[in-house]
Amino acid sequence: MNLAEAYSWVNIRFLLDGLLITLEVAVLSIIFSFIIGAVLGLIRYMNIPFLSKFIGIVVDVVRNLPLLLIIFFTYFALPQIGIRFSIFWSAVSAMTIFESAMLSEIIRGGLNAVPNGQMEAGRSTGFTYMQTIWYIIIPQALRSMMPPIVSQFVSLVKDTSLATIITLPELTHNARIIYGQHTSYVIPMFIMMGFLYWVVCYALSKLSKRLEASYR
Amino acid sequence: MIELLSTYGGMLLRGFVNTLIASVIALFFSMIIGTLVGILQVSKNKFAKGLANAYVQLFLNIPLLVIVLFFYVVFPMYVANINGYTAGIIGLTIYTSAFIAETVRAGIQGVPAGQMEAGLSTGFTYWETMRYIILPQAIKIVIPPLGNQFINLVKNSSVFAMVAGLDLMYYGDLIASETFNTFGTYTMVALFYLVITLPLTHFMQYAERRLAAKD
Repeated sequence: MNLAEAYSWVNIRFLLDGLLITLEVAVLSIIFSFIIGAVLGLIRYMNIPFLSKFIGIVVDVVRNLPLLLIIFFTYFALPQIGIRFSIFWSAVSAMTIFESAMLSEIIRGGLNAVPNGQMEAGRSTGFTYMQTIWYIIIPQALRSMMPPIVSQFVSLVKDTSLATIITLPELTHNARIIYGQHTSYVIPMFIMMGFLYWVVCYALSKLSKRLEASYR
Repeated sequence: MIELLSTYGGMLLRGFVNTLIASVIALFFSMIIGTLVGILQVSKNKFAKGLANAYVQLFLNIPLLVIVLFFYVVFPMYVANINGYTAGIIGLTIYTSAFIAETVRAGIQGVPAGQMEAGLSTGFTYWETMRYIILPQAIKIVIPPLGNQFINLVKNSSVFAMVAGLDLMYYGDLIASETFNTFGTYTMVALFYLVITLPLTHFMQYAERRLAAKD
């Protein structure tokens, strides 16, 4: 096993290209799913008749499915009913669907954790219902939501590896290509791939811990 | 859809059973490993603590797929010839046990420190206090997040499909590529997963409410 050869600049650059795609998919998905998750979580918090219940059921179904199945759905099943995405956007939309459901639960939980008296206080000072939510409830809820949202982002980074199955050229996919060509590169590739994921995820989970500590 | 079920129902059922068996085995072992590692994470022995922390921090931050692929690709090359199903179960156990260890650690640390001191001062040893005083209280804190880990485990077992692991997702993929009816097949697979995960989720929510009501 020749380490210098396995870790040649060409190979490392190929892995880093993969990492970049991994991060791109993860960042785009977390942004989209934060927006969608916030809307869904807010609707469920506001207890709108029928709508909140309906969204609750959809969120429960999506949350209880494997992400891999949702990736299969967006890439292989949706074209059957005429919706076609590229590989990249299939991956992003699958992650967004799954993660929106996860985040909406976190956001709803965060909103519910704000004491009821805050709503009453807001209303009695003359704020409307929406004003109270926007200026009083959300700012307080955001602080308690941030740590779980960051840890959700960690799982998102890890979960992008599943998009290998639709040949998204992310980190795992690229590592598999390299060790597929040289069997002697298998162990160096696993070490490097594991290391790259680990660095990103460990840094993010430390950030989550720090946010949690500052919240307490 | 009915047509699909009558021709391929047996295959899906086989995958469903394999997924269930794999989940139960992985759950059993990851509970044992996870609890042990979680307890070691709060132990006084610096070496044991460091080792347990390293285990958790390593596997918490690496994708499950990479761990499973490692056992599927590297293990047969250097150690022993194992199939995708076994590689999947080993990977899933290692990955999940890291999460369970974190949950258990948080549960133990959630029990007030005075409880340990009280136990020790009544003459219990460290392990006796752990066994009879700390763990029974920690279990209450730990149950809701553990339930989430179980559900995640079932969902995560779908990565078996990527190492020919003969699970539900694998057969679903096989049927889809044979019939070209991707939409129908994946909907079917989704229903099979929901049969396991939805009752689990509702049971966990119920248990959480019961525990909260008792306090």
